[in-house]
Amino acid sequence: MKFRGQNINAAYLFLTPAMTAIFIFFFLPVLAALVMSVTDFDIYSLGDISRARFVGFSNYIDLFKNPLFWKALGNTCYFVLVGAPLSILISMLAAMALNSKMLRFKPFFRLTFFLPVVTTLVAVAVIWRYIYQTRFGLLNYLLSFVGINPVDWLGNPRWAMLALIVMAVWKGFGYNMIIFVAGLQNIPETLYEAARLDGANGWQEFRNVTLPLLAQTTGFITITTLIGYCQFFAEPYVMTDGGPLNSTLSIVLMMYKEGFKFWRMGYSAAIAFILFGIILIITLIQLRIQKHHEI
Amino acid sequence: MKFKKSYQKYGLYLLMFLAAILTLAPFVWMLSASIMPEGGANQFPPRLFPKTPTWEHYQRLFSQMNIVRYFVNSVVVAVSVTLISLLFNSMAGYAFAKYRFPGKNKLFKLLLSAMVIPAQVTMLPLFLMLNRMGLVNTYWGIIIPGMASIYGIFLIRQYIMSIPDSLIEAARIDGATDFYIYLRLILPLAKPILVTLALFTFMGSWNDFLWPLIVMTGDSMYTLPVALANLMGEHAQDTELMMAGAVITILPVLIVFLAMQKYYIHGIMLGSVKE
Repeated sequence: MKFRGQNINAAYLFLTPAMTAIFIFFFLPVLAALVMSVTDFDIYSLGDISRARFVGFSNYIDLFKNPLFWKALGNTCYFVLVGAPLSILISMLAAMALNSKMLRFKPFFRLTFFLPVVTTLVAVAVIWRYIYQTRFGLLNYLLSFVGINPVDWLGNPRWAMLALIVMAVWKGFGYNMIIFVAGLQNIPETLYEAARLDGANGWQEFRNVTLPLLAQTTGFITITTLIGYCQFFAEPYVMTDGGPLNSTLSIVLMMYKEGFKFWRMGYSAAIAFILFGIILIITLIQLRIQKHHEI
Repeated sequence: MKFKKSYQKYGLYLLMFLAAILTLAPFVWMLSASIMPEGGANQFPPRLFPKTPTWEHYQRLFSQMNIVRYFVNSVVVAVSVTLISLLFNSMAGYAFAKYRFPGKNKLFKLLLSAMVIPAQVTMLPLFLMLNRMGLVNTYWGIIIPGMASIYGIFLIRQYIMSIPDSLIEAARIDGATDFYIYLRLILPLAKPILVTLALFTFMGSWNDFLWPLIVMTGDSMYTLPVALANLMGEHAQDTELMMAGAVITILPVLIVFLAMQKYYIHGIMLGSVKE
């Protein structure tokens, strides 16, 4: 078959494997999950699918009535709203340092800050679990030099989430740092020279040259980082199992437990869709802002 | 003025070396705890280096903990996902880049907008489907959902679009078939993006946790991260053993990364450049 002089059979043949895989193992499950979220699909339905009944929005309504869900949602917001900005800030500072003319050994620093990014999250969580250990952990040992008494980082609801955030920031900031470095290198040196001629100090240069010209990079980084942080799972799974007192239970961890521990799969699918909704909202806000800037 | 400048410089170096130490400390401690004698990592004050280094924890992982099996599982899964997805994505990416066919733009837009859907949404039905197909707790359980990726198709399409049409036309006039052109012209020219994508896919698959945790239901099929998390449940008190396990889990990706650093950094930049 020809279409505008090209053999389109070939095009369809090239597309078939990937599209088959994506439609059957991605799009179909998305639709199925949507259907599941309005049924009472549970362990009995696993063997006999006809036992699942349509229940309308009651999974969603039950969730909104469940204090544990609000706890998980609140924890996730805490993790996202504290962790992501902290991570972005540190990435930006590290990138600016790496971009400074005063600094040598740049490849060493860049590689060092990047190492946690490529390592396995589960292994990293295992290491940090011991670093946070109350009696023998490195952190409490270091803090003892400045006179701070041992803290039960992962066992105290007040500190557990903060401990996870610190670890996540340590693990991830190198990634955005690389993107920021490239963004900084794209800023023409002449702009800084002009600013200096006008008598701008370091802060004014940053505020009036660096920040505005980095806006697009920062926007992209903000969105991907927020979305990534929304999906945190391995950190609490390995380090706290959502405790103590559910203070580190995340949305995805709750989804996993409801779906694959208690086999309340309809309920779990509803949680997954709420996560989807949150990510969709973040994306739409970003698109809106982007459009605004283009005009 | 000069005085102030050198002040700033020393301050910067001090901060950077401090940050580098903080970044590396967990790794150093992991390595050193993994060769401490049993109980050596649970002492006060904590030791940074072992008095009498020992390999016993590594030996135990190999002889009693089935770590070779987990290692093989991780390798089989990560290599298969990488090879299959590279083949499927590059074919689709080529079709989107260089062919015109009815429905192309609609299909491409559908794929792009689907990138906003988090993978977690698909996991419950996917598990049920694979369960029905008898593929839960097999390598296919991890490989099948990883066979193609929208992101991979997108990256390859962008790259192939920069290959001049005239090259393809010339090959066609010489009588080359569509498949020959893909195999002998497009793939070699797209090598940089293929290597980058292969690296990302391999490392992503190696480090992946949630889906392998769900689909590998039996101990002998665990990948390294799942096995490590499981070991944590049983041997949490055994700090030195856990650290040896962490070393073995991390080491392969670290080596792959160090060997191909340039491609990885390049890949980050590709992902961050908007259309």
